[in-house]
Amino acid sequence: MSLVARHLEANGVSTVVMGCARDIVEECGVARFVFTDFPLGNPCGKPWDQEMQRSIVGSALNLLDRAWMPRTTIQTPFLWENDTWRDAFMRVDESNREALARAGEERRRRQAEVKTGR
Amino acid sequence: MDNLRPYRSFVSYIDRSREYYAAQGYSKPYAWAHHDDVPFTPLRKPLSGCRVGLVTTAGRTEAEGLIGAGGLKRDPYAEPVNPPPKSLFTDDLFWDKKATHTDDVDSFLPINSLAEQAAGGRIGSASPRFYGVPTDYSQSRTLQGAAPKILEWCREDALDAVLLSAL
Repeated sequence: MSLVARHLEANGVSTVVMGCARDIVEECGVARFVFTDFPLGNPCGKPWDQEMQRSIVGSALNLLDRAWMPRTTIQTPFLWENDTWRDAFMRVDESNREALARAGEERRRRQAEVKTGR
Repeated sequence: MDNLRPYRSFVSYIDRSREYYAAQGYSKPYAWAHHDDVPFTPLRKPLSGCRVGLVTTAGRTEAEGLIGAGGLKRDPYAEPVNPPPKSLFTDDLFWDKKATHTDDVDSFLPINSLAEQAAGGRIGSASPRFYGVPTDYSQSRTLQGAAPKILEWCREDALDAVLLSAL
């Protein structure tokens, strides 16, 4: 998505990226970025929370209007109900290390089967 | 200051996904795009006179989100914003399916919120179409395929600006 935004900017279309994966967007480098520190999935506000969604789109439009240089990031003031998602997402620890290794082997085996047409 | 922390608060998805796939036996980590230079187009007219569009990474239907041996296959698409879609296909994308859901389209593609901004005069108008772009493992496919297509549609719809939201 950030690569598309960069292509549009390079061709005369102003952009704002709205997202929750701060490191991925900022490493790629975009003109304007509205960061909301939520679990991945709802970069424009919590589901069914129209007031929050209105606020985040309003922030994106303000940024469109006022940013004077690229790599301008703003962070919205919203917080998720709890922080448990931060450690839980894609967690690797002793409880799942063996299962993950097996899942990887299984996935490679299936992909090899598809490639060889079996 | 609310409290003190010996760590950064926001999640690094680059670090997290690298460790996760390494644990699955993928020894060569994904190489994320990094740029030192960033293109920038200032708005050329007042926001109240601009036509603004939307881009999402979600798909229209399940059939478009097929995960094959070579990774996700999906083509860019353009769809009318009216009537707004009641749902979009996101199951194949990388987001936190335990913590939240995507049943409310406006939580990731703000079609109704943007229409409100147009009705209220904050922007000139909202684009009659929104655009979908695949999250592609291949950066060259994005740059050579999806990105020029989205630009072409932006020009057809005479857009001044675009909001892009990644799940």
